[in-house]
Amino acid sequence: MNSVNDRSRDIGPFVPGPDDDMLICRCEEITKGEIRMAVHDGMWTLTEIRRYLRTGMGLCQGQTCSRLVKGIVARELGISPAELEPATSRVPMRPIEMKIFANEAPDEREDG
Amino acid sequence: MKTKAEVIIIGGGIIGCATAYYLAKMGIEVIVLEGSDHIGNGGSSRNGGGVRQSGRDVRELPLVMYGIRNLWPTLSEELEVDCEYHQDGNLRLGKTEKHREILTRLADSARNVGLDVRMIDGDEVRAINPYLSDEVICASWCPTDGHANPLTTTLGYYKMARRLGVTFITGEPVTELRVIKGKIRQVITPNHVYEGENVLVAAGLDSREILTTVGIDIPMTNSLLECLVTEAQPHMFDQMLGTAEADFYGHQTKHGSFVFGGSSGLERYNKDNGTPVNSSKTAPCICRGIMKYFPDLANAKIVRTWAGWMDASSDGVPSLGTVDEIPGLYVACAFNGHGFGIAPAVGEQLAKLIVTGKTDVDLGELHYDRYKAKI
Repeated sequence: MNSVNDRSRDIGPFVPGPDDDMLICRCEEITKGEIRMAVHDGMWTLTEIRRYLRTGMGLCQGQTCSRLVKGIVARELGISPAELEPATSRVPMRPIEMKIFANEAPDEREDG
Repeated sequence: MKTKAEVIIIGGGIIGCATAYYLAKMGIEVIVLEGSDHIGNGGSSRNGGGVRQSGRDVRELPLVMYGIRNLWPTLSEELEVDCEYHQDGNLRLGKTEKHREILTRLADSARNVGLDVRMIDGDEVRAINPYLSDEVICASWCPTDGHANPLTTTLGYYKMARRLGVTFITGEPVTELRVIKGKIRQVITPNHVYEGENVLVAAGLDSREILTTVGIDIPMTNSLLECLVTEAQPHMFDQMLGTAEADFYGHQTKHGSFVFGGSSGLERYNKDNGTPVNSSKTAPCICRGIMKYFPDLANAKIVRTWAGWMDASSDGVPSLGTVDEIPGLYVACAFNGHGFGIAPAVGEQLAKLIVTGKTDVDLGELHYDRYKAKI
């Protein structure tokens, strides 16, 4: 994206909502209210929200909640969800045991 | 949009955010320009979370010791965010006699400047951390070291600075600095011209190119570091861990996951496609390293890996402070992959330097002008 984003732009006050207690990120148990509050604390990109709250950082890596989070953040900022870049997906695709992941090289390097 | 302030900070990482916060607390008007779309997008959110003194070069030790004494203990309250700071010591582990030599040398030099760090043997190591394998024969032990969460700490500084009125603008990569009437004055981006009486360049690796536009060149280059994180595990230990040859380092987080960083030895020759990406070799290599020290973690699942550029200088310590040739210009860069733990002290001291011209900790040895050719 890389477009100029003045983080002092007025997005209005935080108004508590009746569904603020709803769990959005189930892995990390983050609620809608926490996500909305984080936007008012300045977290205006999905990457910042993720780093600040841990949404999408659990076992499913955001495969369940990332679209929901995007919608909530966009509404809070008064922009279209299409304007928000998704957070980066990371290797590995599925959680994988350390001993399996380590098998990428033959184990003759016992001296290491 | 605001384009004039008393201080313009280039770089919205933890150094820039922390300095902005401490300046704003002193009532100074600040604009922070971040080149990427996200606050804290470089090393600030890609590091392993160490808040340690042991293993550091003695030139930067007084500064990090100052921060651990005066700033870290109350940082969560101050930033109204859980920085997850743990001060439960650092074990820097060794498996060979060569490791013992490296660790002993580092410990001796740190003790000379007043740090409580000592060598312990394998049994003592396992008394502190019973999960370590018998391959570990020694470690340096620094009880006042620890770890914290780099993500919440960086964004916590940002949140509080913004709350105190600091202007943050992301997506504003700086292309040029301009000196007017012998003083730093303008900061140029593709979209705007910003003006300030003081300018701090804290842009990590990009600092070099930015400073070059006013004739200052700090010898530094990029080097990739990679990290991985496991699923949440039952609580095992609270120490920060490292190894003599930096095979891996890491800790268990409050969340329960283990964050480990490490290297493959091939990082200097990684492909550079403009963004730090994981090499397929490194995370498996880190896993092999970890399992030699912690056999119990063999079944822990890795959920995510990531990479980040270090801004590496030729002597391994940062450039910090004023620039003699250009009044009003300050630098804070080349933290060599260990800028997180030292960041609160850097931010607080730089803010004092900019406002009063003085610091509590002498920054003389970190002057940017110290680089000399070998003959």
